[in-house]
Amino acid sequence: MTDPLMVQLLDQHGVRHQHPEYEIDLEAEELLGLYRDMVLLRRFDTESEALQRKGQLGLWVGSRGQEASSVGAGRATRRQDQLFPSYRDHGAVLARDVDPLHILSIFRGIDHGGWDPQAHGVHPYTLVIAAQMLPAVGYAMGVQRDGAVGTGDPARDTAVMAFFGDGATSQGEASEALNWAAVFNAPVVFFCQNNQWAISEPVARQSPVPLHRRAEGAGMPGVFVDGNDVLAVLAVVRSALDRARNGGGPTFVEAFTYRMGAHTTSDDPTRYRLAAEVDEWREKDPIDRFRTYLLAEGVLDEDYEEQLAAESDALAERVRTGVEQMVDPDPASMFDHAYAEPHPQVLAERDEFLAAWEQHERDAVVEGAH
Amino acid sequence: METLPIGKAINAGLRAAMDRDPRVLLMGEDIGALGGVFRVTEGLQKDFGEDRVIDTPLAEAGIVGTAIGMALRGFRPVCEIQFNGFVYPAFNQITTQLAKLRARSRGRLSVPVVLRIPHGGGIGSVEHHSESPEVLFAHTAGLRVVAPSNAHDAYWMIQQSIASADPVLFLEPERRYWEKGDVDVDLGPGQVAPLHKARILKPGTDATLVAYGPTTKLALDAAAAAAEDGTDLEVIDLRSISPLDVDTVAESVRRTGRLVTVSEAATFHGPMAEVAARVQESCFYSLEAPVKRVGGFHLPYPAAKVEEHYLPNLDRVLDAVEQTLAA
Repeated sequence: MTDPLMVQLLDQHGVRHQHPEYEIDLEAEELLGLYRDMVLLRRFDTESEALQRKGQLGLWVGSRGQEASSVGAGRATRRQDQLFPSYRDHGAVLARDVDPLHILSIFRGIDHGGWDPQAHGVHPYTLVIAAQMLPAVGYAMGVQRDGAVGTGDPARDTAVMAFFGDGATSQGEASEALNWAAVFNAPVVFFCQNNQWAISEPVARQSPVPLHRRAEGAGMPGVFVDGNDVLAVLAVVRSALDRARNGGGPTFVEAFTYRMGAHTTSDDPTRYRLAAEVDEWREKDPIDRFRTYLLAEGVLDEDYEEQLAAESDALAERVRTGVEQMVDPDPASMFDHAYAEPHPQVLAERDEFLAAWEQHERDAVVEGAH
Repeated sequence: METLPIGKAINAGLRAAMDRDPRVLLMGEDIGALGGVFRVTEGLQKDFGEDRVIDTPLAEAGIVGTAIGMALRGFRPVCEIQFNGFVYPAFNQITTQLAKLRARSRGRLSVPVVLRIPHGGGIGSVEHHSESPEVLFAHTAGLRVVAPSNAHDAYWMIQQSIASADPVLFLEPERRYWEKGDVDVDLGPGQVAPLHKARILKPGTDATLVAYGPTTKLALDAAAAAAEDGTDLEVIDLRSISPLDVDTVAESVRRTGRLVTVSEAATFHGPMAEVAARVQESCFYSLEAPVKRVGGFHLPYPAAKVEEHYLPNLDRVLDAVEQTLAA
């Protein structure tokens, strides 16, 4: 039984429903674009997991099952908006034209994120749970001070989006961020993907009340949306972002979804959840239902599917080759960006490291010669 | 030249920075109408408005976390943490975000946030108001930690901290806010000492006393007292904990052969342990005696009626000087 409070435009069978508040009317091309994003995201995820199994990545954080939430939210943003992701938000990040290899370099151990945060409007992944939320609110307060809210100029008015999960709502900083944003009426959307599990802990261990009801206490609207329905996510997040850009203040969106895979490749979900639950959610798959809908509408046809399959293969190939060919960073580069301005102790340590390293390299060459 | 108490000198420095750069803004608890519990921001909200002098909700992680976001948007926030012992709720934001965002983004992101924190004790206050947590931040790569000891430095160092592209923890000597000193406000660029340079406040030949922040005056008093007994002490004000101007200290120790450090921060794993280690690395053969450290004990800061025994005082410093000279 679907919660009547939950905004849903497409049920799990792919049947389209009207909603009095959240409606969306997309061109065929936009619909196909959402479908394409989700299909490519899933392929990216599958390929990345395989790369981890082959030892090419140290770890992978899968997004299977959350494609509608991640893609819908990312596609709802505008160029000037600023995203503060957590670490499972690959769909939203890719929607901002970030190169998939710039995500994978994190999990290969090359860097902490290869993309340029300013060029893409995407903050680096934040691994400390909820720690990106307050900076997101601060950024939004900066937007206010720049007069980039409520001007009516669609290219200027700016919103900020903080991504986090059900587990994050338990952090004190999450409560501070909600409160702070409401106090200052900051143009920020809190996008909470409730994927039911914080590693092994069910959402009931995070909160006895539905997460979206946190909004009421903070003093902002809380919207509950079917996170496996890309149309509903897009409609709800667009509306929340518009509200923020127009000066209406923050919104809390709870996207109700499910993490189909493990927390990360190091996790074993069979130890804490039942296969029956996973099967139940498989029936609610975000891509399957959207495909059913698009086929019924005549938007999607065999030609497009073939073309998309080829594109998926090409993406997988590019990702595979790209990861295998990644060059390890120069060890000395670890000293480069701790400080913007010279720090004598760091410079001295760098010199010491380089001298010792070069000596060891020379010794190794000499040893090799014998 | 103006004569100002340290608190007023910081206020004047903040005002100068805000006049110069419209992106500088202040955040903190009670810093607006009240002017801060130590009145350091007095009058600034009236003159610069509520958008630039922001009375925040009562949440330290919130202050630092949102300051980071504002810095990412191009602002230069200066946060007031009301008391040293209240900085810990913000510890996560300071250590996992503020300190690391530049490295995480490989230099693409700057977070030029200044955190002003009153530090040190001796004001007879309740728990959490008298601590010296500097080493926690000095030990965190990505942060700079400075501690002025006098009004002139306070005026200039706050402006230099705001101008820094790195996050800076600016520690204010709590019990010395009202101590007056001459401030040369008319210095031009290049005439102000670099932010992280230590300063020899009194030259001497028999031993070197190193201090920073609130214990600097104590070191000067100790040197004056020792002089009466014919002992000539050199006094160095470190001014910066990270980075550390080891060269100035080592150069002094090469001349005097003896080093005594004075800090309110506990000696155990304290900032002066680093000074002692660096000095023995760079001038071991100039040392005539082991380095002596005078400082707080490895204890939770005690109740006010006991604090004078916890804090370094003239007797303890002079005892240490005597011991090092006897060695």
